Order: sequence, then structure tokens, then C-alpha cells
Amino acid sequence: MFEKLSYLGLQEYWWAIIALLGGILVFMLFVQGGQTLLHRLGKNETEVKMLVNSLGRKWDLTFTTLVVFGGASFASFPLFYSTSFGGAYWVWMIILFAFIIQAVSYEYRSKLNNFLGKKTYDAFLFINGLVATIFLGTAVATFFTGSFFHINSMHHSFWDTSWGGLGLALDFARYATYVNLSLGLAVFFLSRTLASMYFINNIDDKVVAERSHQAIIKNAIPFLVFFLFFLFNVIFMKGFNYDPKTMVVNLESFKYWHNLMDMPVVFILLLLGIVLVLWGIFRGYFFFEKCGRKAIWFTGLGTVITVFSLFLTIGYNHTSFYPSVTSLQSSLSIQNASSSKYTLIAMSYVSLMIPFVLAYIWYAWSAMNKKRITRKEMEEDPHTY
Amino acid sequence: MEILNTALVDWSRAQFALTALYHWLFVPLTLGTSFIIAIMETIYVKTGKDIWKRITKFWMTLFAINFAIGVATGIILEFEFGTNWSNYSWFVGDIFGAPLAIEGIMAFFLESTFFAVMFFGWNKVSKGFHLTSTWLVAIGSNLSALWILVANAWMQNPVGMHFNPVTARNEMLDFWNILLSPTAINKFLHTISSSYVLSAIFVMGVSAWFLLKKRNLAFAKRSVIVAATFGLIMSVFTVITGDESAREVHRVQPMKFASLEGLYYGENNAPLAVFGIFDRTPSPYNPKAKEFAVKIEIPNLLSYLATFNPHAYIPGIHDLVHGNDAHGIISYYDRIKMGKIAIDALKEFQLARKAANDSVANASLKTFEENYKYFGYGYYNDPHKLIPDVPLVFYSFHTMVGLGFYFILLFIFGIIYAIKDKLTKHRWFLYFALWTIPFAWIASEAGWMVNEFGRQPWVVQDYMPTLSAVSNINQSSVIITFFLFLVTFTALLIAEIRIMLKQINGHKDGGTK
Repeated sequence: MFEKLSYLGLQEYWWAIIALLGGILVFMLFVQGGQTLLHRLGKNETEVKMLVNSLGRKWDLTFTTLVVFGGASFASFPLFYSTSFGGAYWVWMIILFAFIIQAVSYEYRSKLNNFLGKKTYDAFLFINGLVATIFLGTAVATFFTGSFFHINSMHHSFWDTSWGGLGLALDFARYATYVNLSLGLAVFFLSRTLASMYFINNIDDKVVAERSHQAIIKNAIPFLVFFLFFLFNVIFMKGFNYDPKTMVVNLESFKYWHNLMDMPVVFILLLLGIVLVLWGIFRGYFFFEKCGRKAIWFTGLGTVITVFSLFLTIGYNHTSFYPSVTSLQSSLSIQNASSSKYTLIAMSYVSLMIPFVLAYIWYAWSAMNKKRITRKEMEEDPHTY
Repeated sequence: MEILNTALVDWSRAQFALTALYHWLFVPLTLGTSFIIAIMETIYVKTGKDIWKRITKFWMTLFAINFAIGVATGIILEFEFGTNWSNYSWFVGDIFGAPLAIEGIMAFFLESTFFAVMFFGWNKVSKGFHLTSTWLVAIGSNLSALWILVANAWMQNPVGMHFNPVTARNEMLDFWNILLSPTAINKFLHTISSSYVLSAIFVMGVSAWFLLKKRNLAFAKRSVIVAATFGLIMSVFTVITGDESAREVHRVQPMKFASLEGLYYGENNAPLAVFGIFDRTPSPYNPKAKEFAVKIEIPNLLSYLATFNPHAYIPGIHDLVHGNDAHGIISYYDRIKMGKIAIDALKEFQLARKAANDSVANASLKTFEENYKYFGYGYYNDPHKLIPDVPLVFYSFHTMVGLGFYFILLFIFGIIYAIKDKLTKHRWFLYFALWTIPFAWIASEAGWMVNEFGRQPWVVQDYMPTLSAVSNINQSSVIITFFLFLVTFTALLIAEIRIMLKQINGHKDGGTK
């Protein structure tokens, strides 16, 4: 079945899977966004407990999606994996540390004798929510704006600046830093918007619901400002194009806009995604009583589609998806960074499991969310965080 | 390709060893208790007796505490291949990345999705769905072990691949060959069965403590029966798979095999060292040194276990370094020469290809292919650097094996006393069961030390030395992250142990039904 696909076809197929995982990951970052809202939306212990337990039944899925995103990148585009992770060492280490401290916090925060105290674990959750969203968003923005590395003839990568990639987020002398950070902040505020919607969906409590209702708009506005700034820059910036025959990389004005025009399906998907995100926000806020609980699905699906189409914009149409600004010809594309054809075919058969995985996640999710979280449950059930 | 900054290599190794050893404190308990819980819940669903539900829930609470920190320490390992071993990630990513991705798609989602149902779903889903979720968590965690162990086994026995001189990397040729290599199968079976043993010792030890304190008697006795039976069956399985693994090591990693037995000079009718204490750190520069101050041996047994022939020849470290014509062993000196020829030929090939000089390119490619088998040796000049830390490997191996046999004995007593309902009368046994808990971890970690120190200096056996696998990054960055990991993981470990002890100490279950 997959054997009939060309090498490029397989590379495009795997890039689409990476894009889908990226989209799902950004949606699932509502867990992180929610972690930064715990003490804003919850004013007493029971309310915070409801919020924590609402997120606590989903955090592992976000975590897993990140791990699978990493694993799938390694398997399908190993040169990207080795270049980015080995080069932007501190960016990834900070992200990873933020997830390490998250993983124990739900389970340990309310246990007796937990050594660090509940406040520390709640602080861990906040740090994870803040750092993971901003840094992941910033890291993905560099797919558009470029990084500082070169690759030698043996395909060994070398980072060209010190501080292991932190310059991508902290070098304020570069305009690109603002573009990178704008996506980071957009993801941060989007995750909080999504979290507010998820709380309304999952927690049966009027007080929490009303605070979450207000939080939708408070976070959606800054999200839109940062996202539109990023999108505006992407459309007007020079992009990293390569000649599919010679593989020579060049800077092309309006490259990403051209890509959207060259790939109308991707352009339509991007518009559809953005409309769905906005529709969810609009209905969730202005028609709260009627549509509040459903808003997460519109904005959530819109998030997946928007991120998916943005990934396709930088991966397809002979575009370098991980460009180097210091060594243009070292820029990585789905063609020069990928695994061998054999490996992509083998992995493609494995990918047939993905619909099945999505189906059982959906099934378990529905079964668990059928009964919403209540104050009573928090007070009576011993199995809570 | 060669990285000359040996301090960077050492710190990178130290960081990986630290994170892997910490991670492994939690994984085996997850692997085993997930099944023990599933068995207990099955008994509950079948019998309808509430005590089994309470038993299941108690062990599930401990499982969840352990699971969380296992996840926390696990994420770094997945990404560390990129952050700290980026040259490795390119050189073999075409092969090594696939199991990691499959692990995520096939196992991690299964685990994480149904963990939430298992832990929070008691009052939300049906009994049947809950039991299915518990089994799926057990299957998911064990499947994740399968794929990461397949990846590790491939590093020890790189099969199903070929080197692509154009891309300068190894590429997958046969997926099934990698998945079903004897090394992978044995490694998986040996690792999971030994993890089940560890979990059984944990459950039995904690239950023994309840019995010593005369608390939760019905609960504890039932837990001992399940744990000791499960543990004994799995111990036997661990011995069988360990035996098979050793034969594989003898076949594909003779240096590791010689190291774990402390065998410096090859011999026919090789004896098995049951016990030994090194007189001094054996040095290949001082071959006449007496290696062992004390050594207890069983004649012929090593030859027999390795080959099923008690008279077979088993090469020693000296034979591997200096070669042995009589037994067809090519010396490390010659392998280094051939490795250097392969490295030079690859460079020539790439230059010729760039210059479009086909005849030179073809000739150098031919030379390269003839010598590629020993490619990794070419990065060394001194063959003695290709010998692992023999005492460390020897002691680790003998600690693991010795404890493994002790565990079997303990399980047998556990079953006998539990069946005769005499557990509380044999307090010595209960003390032994309790104090054996840390030894289960020592045995398990020792196993990994045998595996990982024994294969040094190879990250991919014979093809890629560890020194050429590291990322080209700042050494001070690695030092900082090493200490950050040390502090973070230690703090989390303390938290985990304190929470567990509190949970165990506070558990009250006086019921018998």
C-alpha cells in the first residue's frame, strides 16, 4: 500500500502526521493554560480542587502527545531531531524540566507527607503552564524565522551561537525574536482560553463557570493580538525556499503567502481553523448560557486545524521547515532531513493505528466526562488530587 | 566524527546514566504492579468480594504514586538522544527512531488514556470497562518496555541495517529482523520478567510489614499469596531468559561476556565463577597479575552454559585484544587497522563523489564495504581502550544473579507459609521479606549496569563508539543540567518514598470479606 507512494509522497505523509500531532498538542495545552488559572478561577480549596481534578484526568494525554511528537520527529525526520534538540539545548531542557515537575505535581500535591508541600506542587503546575506554552510556541515560530546552525558533510550539526538556542527567545536586538515570542504568547493565551472553555464543559459549578466565562474574553483578546501579529509577519516575511532539483536554498519574499496561494486546500484549512477558533470564542462568551459548554469543541477543533495548516505551510511546496539563518544551505526540509524510504514505509504502516488510537481516546474521554465534576464529588471521593 | 573532548563525553554519559538509573527505580515497579493489580481486580470481578476491591485500590494508589514519577523521569530519556547524543541520532536515527515512535503511538497513549479510567473511573464506568482499562494499562506499560528494549537490543546487536555512504548513516533494511532479533526477544523477556519479580517482592515485603505489625491481616495474607506465586513463576522465567541472554552475549558481544565472568585468558572447559573478589584492578598492561584474591568456580559450567558443550573454548579478554589464530579470533589491533581503512575510504568516497570522479568513488566504496564491519574500531589507536570496566561488570553481574536465586528461595517459603496459613508464625520470614525490598532494586539496577557498562566503549556494537555519539555542545551546559537532574530527581525521589511510606503506614483494612 505505502510502497506505491514516492519518496517525496512518504515524506509529505509523515510531515502531515507531525503537523497533526502538533495541532493536537497545541489543543491539549489547555491543561497547561488551566494550570496558570488555578488560583484565579478557584478562590477556595474546593474550587481549586475541582479545577485541578478536571485537568488532572487529562494531563497525561498532553504529556504523551509531546513525547509522541518527539518520537515521530526522531523516526521520520532524524536530522531535524538531532539538529534542533542537540543545538537549541537549553530551549528544550527548559521545556523538559517544565514537564518533569508537572508530572508528579498532580499526584503528589494533596498527599500527606509530600516533602515539598502543596504550594510548591501548585507552583510547579503554574511554571509548567507558563513555560511550556511560551517556549513551545516560540520554538515552533523558529520554523518560520530560522535558527543559528550549520551542518557538515557528515550531517553533524553545530549551533552557531552560545546559550543553546536561548537567543531565539531572548535576543531582543533581532526583530525575529519578537515574532518568535508573539507565537509563544499567542499559544499561552490560547491555552488559557481553551482551559476556561474546558472548565465550563467539565465542571458542574456555577461559580467556577462564571469566572471561566469571564476568563474566556480576558485571554482571547491578548491571544488574538499576538496571533495576528505573528500571522501578519509570516505572510509578509521572506521565507526559505529551495529548488527541488538542485536543493539550493534561497530567501523568497512572501514565501509563506505564496505557499498558501499555491496550496489552496491548506489556505482554506487555515481560514476554516481560524474561523472555528473565533466562532468558539464568540459563541462561548456572548451566548454563554446556550453554547458555553460546546465552545471548547469549536475552538479546540479550530486550533488543531489552524496549527495543522501552519505546519503544512512550512513543510510543503519546497520550503525549508527548519531553516538556518547563519548557513542557508544547512536549512532542513522534509526532503533532506527525513528517514530512508524503507523506514518511512515501515512507519507508515504503524501510522494506520492512529485512527484507532484517536477512537479509543475519544471513547474513554466520553465515558469519563459523562459525569461532570462537582463539589460533592471532590468532598466525598477519596481518589482525588 | 571523532569528538576529542573526553570530559564532554564523560559528563554526557554521566547524565544519561543518572537519568536512566533514576528512571529505572520506578519503571520495574510499574511494569509488575500493573499486572498484579489487574490480577487482583480480576479476582474481585470474578468473586464479587469487596476485600479484593480494597486490595486492588490500595496497591493502585501506590502504583499511581510510582507511575507519576516514572513518567517524570522518563520524558527526558526520550529527548536526551537528541539533546546529548545528536550525532548518534543522525548516525542511526533511521533505525533507532522507529521503535521510539511506535512506543509512543502504540503504548503511551494506551497507558495514559486508560490510566485515568483506572484511577478515577470506579464510579464513572462499568465494572467490565474498568477491569478492561486496568488490563490495558498493564499491557500498555509492558508494550512501551517492548519497544524501548528493542531499541536498546539493536544497539547491542545491530541487525537489519546497512550503511548508506551517501547520507553517512545506517539505514533500516529489515524491520522484522530488528524486532525479532534473539537479542531483542531475550532482552525484553528477561527485563519484564525481572521487573515482575521486583514488584512481587515489593508487594510481599509491604504485606510482610503489615503482618509483623499485626495489621490488615486478611488483606496482607491474600496479597502475599498473589505476589509470591506471581514472583516465583516470574523468577523461573527470569532465570531461563537470563540464561538465553547470556548465550546471546557470548555470541555477539564476546568482550562483554568475558568481562562479566572476569575471564582474562580463554580456555576449553571454562569454569563458571560463582563468586570472586578481585585482587587488584586487573590491567591488560599487566597480564600476569593475579586477577582474583578469592574465587569459587564450577568446572566446565561456563563452557556448557555458553555453548551446551562442556569442553568448548571460551575466549578471554586477552584473546580478543591480541587475537587467537587457533580459534579464528581477529585481534583488536587488526580490527583497528581495518576500521581506519574504512574511515579513510568513506572520506575518499565522499570527496570523489563531490568531484564526480566515479572510478575513484567506486574503488573507495568497495574498500569501505570490505572493512565496514570494524568501522567503529578505527576511532581508536589503543586496543586496551576497547575493554570495559571489568570489575564493575563482574560484580554487577554476580550481584544480580546471586540475588535472583535468593529471591526464588524467598518466594518458595512465601507460598508454603501462605498456603499453610503460617505466615505470622514465621516472623523471620516476614523480616526477610521486608528487608529484601531494597535488594530487588539493587538486582534490577545491577542488571542494567551489566548491560550498559559491559558494552562500553560501544554505543552501537562495533560501529559507533560512545565518544563519537555525543552532541557538539558546550560541556558546561551538560554539567549544569547534570546537577539540575541530580537535585530535581533526588527531591522527587524523597517525596515519592515519603508519600509511599505514609500511605502504607496509614492503611487500615481490618475486614476479612
